[in-house]
Amino acid sequence: MTTILTRRIAYWLTVLLFAALPLAARAALTIEIVGAGATQIPIAIVPFRTEEALPQKITQVVAADLTRSGLFKMVDAGGMVPVPYEPEQLNYPQWQARGAEAVVIGTIAQMSDGRYDVRFRLMDATKQTQLAGYAYFAPAGDLRQIAHKIADVIYEKLTGDPGVFATKITYIVKRGKTFELQVADADGYGPQTVASSTEPLISPAWSPDGTRIAYVSFERRKPVVNVLNLATGQSRAVANFSGSNSAPAWAPDGRRLAVVLTKDGGSQIYMVNADGGGGATRLTHTSSIDTEPNFSPDGQWILFTSDRGGGPQIYRMPASGGQAQRMTFEGSYNVSPRHSPDGKSFAFVQRTGGGQFNLAVQDFASRQVQGLTDGRIDESPSFAPNSRMILYASHMGGRGILAAVSSDGRVKQRFLENAGDVREPAWGPAGKK
Amino acid sequence: MRNVVTTLVVLGVLAGCSSTPTKEQEGASVEDRKPTVSQPAQKPADTGVATKPLETKTVTVNPLKDPANVLSKRSVYFDYDSNIVKDEFKPLVTAHAKYLSQNRTAHVTVQGNTDERGSREYNIALGQRRADAVKQMMQLLGASPQQIETVSFGEEKPRAEGNDEKAYAENRRADIVYQGE
Repeated sequence: MTTILTRRIAYWLTVLLFAALPLAARAALTIEIVGAGATQIPIAIVPFRTEEALPQKITQVVAADLTRSGLFKMVDAGGMVPVPYEPEQLNYPQWQARGAEAVVIGTIAQMSDGRYDVRFRLMDATKQTQLAGYAYFAPAGDLRQIAHKIADVIYEKLTGDPGVFATKITYIVKRGKTFELQVADADGYGPQTVASSTEPLISPAWSPDGTRIAYVSFERRKPVVNVLNLATGQSRAVANFSGSNSAPAWAPDGRRLAVVLTKDGGSQIYMVNADGGGGATRLTHTSSIDTEPNFSPDGQWILFTSDRGGGPQIYRMPASGGQAQRMTFEGSYNVSPRHSPDGKSFAFVQRTGGGQFNLAVQDFASRQVQGLTDGRIDESPSFAPNSRMILYASHMGGRGILAAVSSDGRVKQRFLENAGDVREPAWGPAGKK
Repeated sequence: MRNVVTTLVVLGVLAGCSSTPTKEQEGASVEDRKPTVSQPAQKPADTGVATKPLETKTVTVNPLKDPANVLSKRSVYFDYDSNIVKDEFKPLVTAHAKYLSQNRTAHVTVQGNTDERGSREYNIALGQRRADAVKQMMQLLGASPQQIETVSFGEEKPRAEGNDEKAYAENRRADIVYQGE
């Protein structure tokens, strides 16, 4: 059993090790796509001027982001003479002949202070007008993030929804006897280990402002809820009562968490402070299992799992506790509710008649349920901030993998990790523009 | 429990016998007589050797670790989706409850586990139910609630890896762990 001191030394050595790696480090996750959206927008992305000299090919990252969404089809952008970098160089009839509805062009120049000046324009190939154009100034290490921001602009202009390419995800990797909490870009690039243990870690949850991650650790030989500050790397226990402490869910104000405690006998839902001070305020008062709380985006409601009706089903109660209303009525096992960020629906996991566990989504207004996946064990759904994609945990070849599905079920992605067993993903919030 | 008492009684008797000196005829040296050691009929005269009684250390076997004792068995197994303690495990739970009621300074943690199917958090709650079921039974049989903490590992610390029913059955389990182990 390591002392706190040796654990701290090990932690800082890990931090130093990761800081020493070049930022253009290998992607640990590659993503496979199946399926397509109802419509796919044909778009041509012309390599930016001088891009070939840079370590990061910005247009390749942009193309990969848009392709991965399932809503875009890449049109061949090569072989144009001259290669267009400015709008007046565009030969629209030729682009229309190739079937492109939109064309992306741009330039990159290195400034005297070593930073890069990246400019792009999104052009409507039919109307021959500019839809968007931006300039970015940033060091080499930020080029990939700029590519994601460009993809976000294109995605929003052409689909009407905000893009999520510049966001982060977190998940847990089990390698041998070690459990690592990792944070990576939404495309799986550049994973960083932010917490590590030889005891299990589960249930990571991003704070609404993206600065902290709450999670459950078994390091004290029982489940305890910790909050990790990403900037400082420090973890603090915020729920360590007698019995088991688990299932952290952030209130939208980022100052409190709903958690599940067994300190009063039985699994019940309580509120605690995110900084660990103060006691716990009890929200449910049953002798059943009440667990997996999840706040609505407006902070007014909590969805949760309860077996008060005999088996696990999903219920909704006011955020201050009180009368609960049952939400799911199909099947004998419905768990893991997650509100969509737009507040219109919730994703959950249902056990099918055949004993599989699959993702489904239920619309609040119509109460209609749509099944989304059909793996053997699919769990831990997490919405993207634009409510259009759901990240979740699945299995392939005996190992845990991450996967994603569009909220209409049409587009499916599988994240393939090099080694280790990946589980418990959570999609980070939208960043600052 | 009865085995422990018998063992202690036998050892007590043995200990009591070892230090009684035997008076021999005049002139012969006095030596200790132990029931398990055969003595010669004639004692050697004036050997001049001083003798000392051989101390017998009382050896007590820890019942919690004695493989012959039900107290060394610590696992209660459950059916799928169930936290009912089946009849075949009642003697085990009863034995631990009695031990706790007779050893008020002893403390246990009951750790609940589940197989891997289903939501991890719901399984934490199910595992907790299993641990609590064992605790409740022990309380009814005389253990004090302050002696028993219950925690859950859900599906996170399986004893058997694998996706078949055999592995699942091994993992649907509550373990009784004594403080200090």
